[in-house]
Amino acid sequence: MDIKILGTGCVKCNHLEAATRAAVTELGLAIEIEKVTDPGEIASWGVMSTPALVIDDEVVSAGKVLSTPDIVQLLAAR
Amino acid sequence: MSASPAPTRLPSAKSATRRWAPVGAAAVIWWSLYHWNRPFWNWVVFDAAGFDEGTRLGESVHFFFYDVTKIALLLTGVIYVVTILRSFMSVERTRALLGGRRQGAGNVAAAGLGVVTPFCSCSAVPVFIGFVAAGVPLGVTLSFLIASPMVNEVAIVLLFGLFGWKITALYIGFGLVIATVAGIVLGRLNLERWVEPFVFETRLRGKVIDPSQGLSWDDRLQMAREEVVAIIRKVWPYLLVGIGIGAVIHGWAPEDWFADHATGWWGVPLATVIGVPLYSNAAGVLPLVEALHDKGLPMGTVLAFMMSVVALSLPEMILLRRVLKPQLIATYIGVVAVGIMLAGFLFNAVV
Repeated sequence: MDIKILGTGCVKCNHLEAATRAAVTELGLAIEIEKVTDPGEIASWGVMSTPALVIDDEVVSAGKVLSTPDIVQLLAAR
Repeated sequence: MSASPAPTRLPSAKSATRRWAPVGAAAVIWWSLYHWNRPFWNWVVFDAAGFDEGTRLGESVHFFFYDVTKIALLLTGVIYVVTILRSFMSVERTRALLGGRRQGAGNVAAAGLGVVTPFCSCSAVPVFIGFVAAGVPLGVTLSFLIASPMVNEVAIVLLFGLFGWKITALYIGFGLVIATVAGIVLGRLNLERWVEPFVFETRLRGKVIDPSQGLSWDDRLQMAREEVVAIIRKVWPYLLVGIGIGAVIHGWAPEDWFADHATGWWGVPLATVIGVPLYSNAAGVLPLVEALHDKGLPMGTVLAFMMSVVALSLPEMILLRRVLKPQLIATYIGVVAVGIMLAGFLFNAVV
């Protein structure tokens, strides 16, 4: 599995990253979380509202900070 | 997909009460605080603390505390309500509405949508690329990017609170016209060559996720609370400095000083030029604007200053440099600044 956080470095982006790390730990997964901060690359994902969460090359959320339980659910569904 | 198993959201009377009762209580408390703000500080500053009404120090101290409270209350209330309203809009939706529009009508729509769409200048670059790569014309995209910071909810509320609805309506009107016309002019100049080429080569993959969809009322109320905290955290230093300078001007600058010294034609261009490099937000600049106006600086000059501070900010230009070449940034600043000056002249002629 492959997880990316798309965000330009705003406060909300850091919150989403923290929530995602917590979810990954909770599920006992050993995956690296990649942060994408380049605005050009963010845009190429079709994302205009940051932060966004990408799981296995699919944008699953944009423009909001998901809670840890929400992310656990998204990850467990994979 | 992301279908979280819907938590039972049956509209039971109990959960509706639990959701709306705190909102109602907060509204009542807000109104009471707003209503008693002036009498309260009159009492504290002039009676309890013993400052004399009419002295410079007394007036400055009173202005500071009264204004800080008033503006903090206005900001809190308005950001809360506006965030709820705006949670029904998103840049994704706006782009869909602008897709396929031509210059002219597209610029008008873009300026209007710039006002109502939730937009953080931190995502100006992804939005710019997203619009242009999806085929929204350059000038239309720029109309959106000009209107969004200039006619923002904080500016509207504070103007309304400090100057009343007439000035506010004129400001909104001029802001929309400037954003529309500047976008049309920039579009006509065919400046695509000054956009970094990678923007046009960007291929948008994946499907678009619209953050305004699938939100419950609880989500929207929570977003509004978080937004209030985030904005107050961001603007309070600007607010305190702005009100502090305003308080000094209020107490010390001689009455009508500006009316005697700054009513020449050069007032508007000078105010605009001073405003461009200054970076603040509406919350910081408005207390200053209020104090300057109190001392007789003409309204158009005051608003030109405010518009150029708010609409043209150095940090946003640095961000946009990622996608725009310096020539286009310079042209952008030039066209918007000229628009602001014209609006200032007109305003002084009308009011």
